Amino acid sequence: MSVPPVLSITQLNAYIKSIIDGDINLNNVFVCGEISNFKDHYRTGHYYLTLKDEKAAIRAVMFRTANQRIKFKPENGMSVIARGRISVFERDGQYQLYIDDMQPDGLGALNLAFEQLKNKLAGEGLFDACRKREIPKYPRRIGVITSPTGAAVQDIINILTRRFPIAQIIKCPVQVQGASAAPQIVDAIKRFNTGHYADVLIVGRGGGSIEELWAFNEETVARAVANSKIPVISAVGHETDFTICDFVADLRAPTPSAAAELAVPDKFEQRTYISALKYRVAQVTQREIQQQRAGLKSIESSMGLISPVMVINTHRQRLDGYIASLYTAVASTVSDSRSALAVLGSKLDTLSPLKVLGRGYALAYKKGSLLHDDANADIGGEIEVRLEKGRLLCTVEKISV
Amino acid sequence: MKKQTYEESIKKLEKIVEALEEGSKPLDETLKLFEEGTKLAVYCNTCLDDAEQKIVELTTLESGGATDEQ
Repeated sequence: MSVPPVLSITQLNAYIKSIIDGDINLNNVFVCGEISNFKDHYRTGHYYLTLKDEKAAIRAVMFRTANQRIKFKPENGMSVIARGRISVFERDGQYQLYIDDMQPDGLGALNLAFEQLKNKLAGEGLFDACRKREIPKYPRRIGVITSPTGAAVQDIINILTRRFPIAQIIKCPVQVQGASAAPQIVDAIKRFNTGHYADVLIVGRGGGSIEELWAFNEETVARAVANSKIPVISAVGHETDFTICDFVADLRAPTPSAAAELAVPDKFEQRTYISALKYRVAQVTQREIQQQRAGLKSIESSMGLISPVMVINTHRQRLDGYIASLYTAVASTVSDSRSALAVLGSKLDTLSPLKVLGRGYALAYKKGSLLHDDANADIGGEIEVRLEKGRLLCTVEKISV
Repeated sequence: MKKQTYEESIKKLEKIVEALEEGSKPLDETLKLFEEGTKLAVYCNTCLDDAEQKIVELTTLESGGATDEQ
């Protein structure tokens, strides 16, 4: 039996490391345990922690490249399932678990990640009402960031067309689930902002499972929405689905269809509105004209008090009045006289002897005097007899007794 | 009238209504506003009637084509 060589510590640790690294079982292990001594190295971004159960513990490290992929932030006391390999940190003679992936045990990893990101962004003030940009009332261009194949895009286009065809629709097709969804959505938002190609953006997709909606819970998407200068309407899934994107967006729509309704005014309501405005314009104008007219009249009448023309006119009017009453007076006097004359005339008429002759009487004259008595007549003498019409010259032949 | 957007026109119309309802303007100004307001209302309705939805891809705009006519 040969005497073993004297090794340096470095040599020893390197040897142990080679043994452990050569063990296939230790190259890929799944372990469950509770996190303690968690440290997020501020400079390198690596995670250092201890995993333990009731009886034992192991040191663990998760490098930045690996921990960027996990969707939650580890905390002390959290139960996790970790996948990785066992190796040796030669400097300290410490074997440890190099974690490639880690998931919370128990509570759904996604729910946890959701809550954590929500709290983090809320803490940064990204959900604050004062950050929300106003959705323009009459957008000229509407950016639609969603899947080109889903029902959502068709719903959005249909509603925009029905309500407000004036606006132009700018489509930007993206994947809305899977690994490339989040980067594509982020890219689309940035591209719209680069050239300000829209006045408002609709970002969303139709309903799905929490995994399918996950892209809208990614921090990168949330930040892209928050940084967008163009207002964003978030429209993810159904009414009951809430995503981080919803919280950070300027307006949350319960569904993609609702987003389209919120993005634009309704054509028919606009028509009614225009009519109302037109009516008000007409009404005010009419009232104004009436007021002006009334004002003009009062000015006119007050001007009459000082205008010589008006004074003359007034006098002329008064004069006209006098003349008129004079005429009336004269006319009535004349007519009075005329009627009195008529009465006298008719009386005269009744007394006229000629009227008696009209009834068949005759008058006899002797030498121009009216003959009243036959004693005054002489046989053979001449008398004149007057009839209603004409006279007779008669000779008296006999005087009756 | 220079071709303006629906938004510009309806906002102008709103302003005119406001100005008119504020009152106490010379009659010729009132009549001018009335005329302009009536024209704008007609124009807005024409916009709504004549509009045809235009759908383009973002890439088209990015390559400088089919920009929004204004």
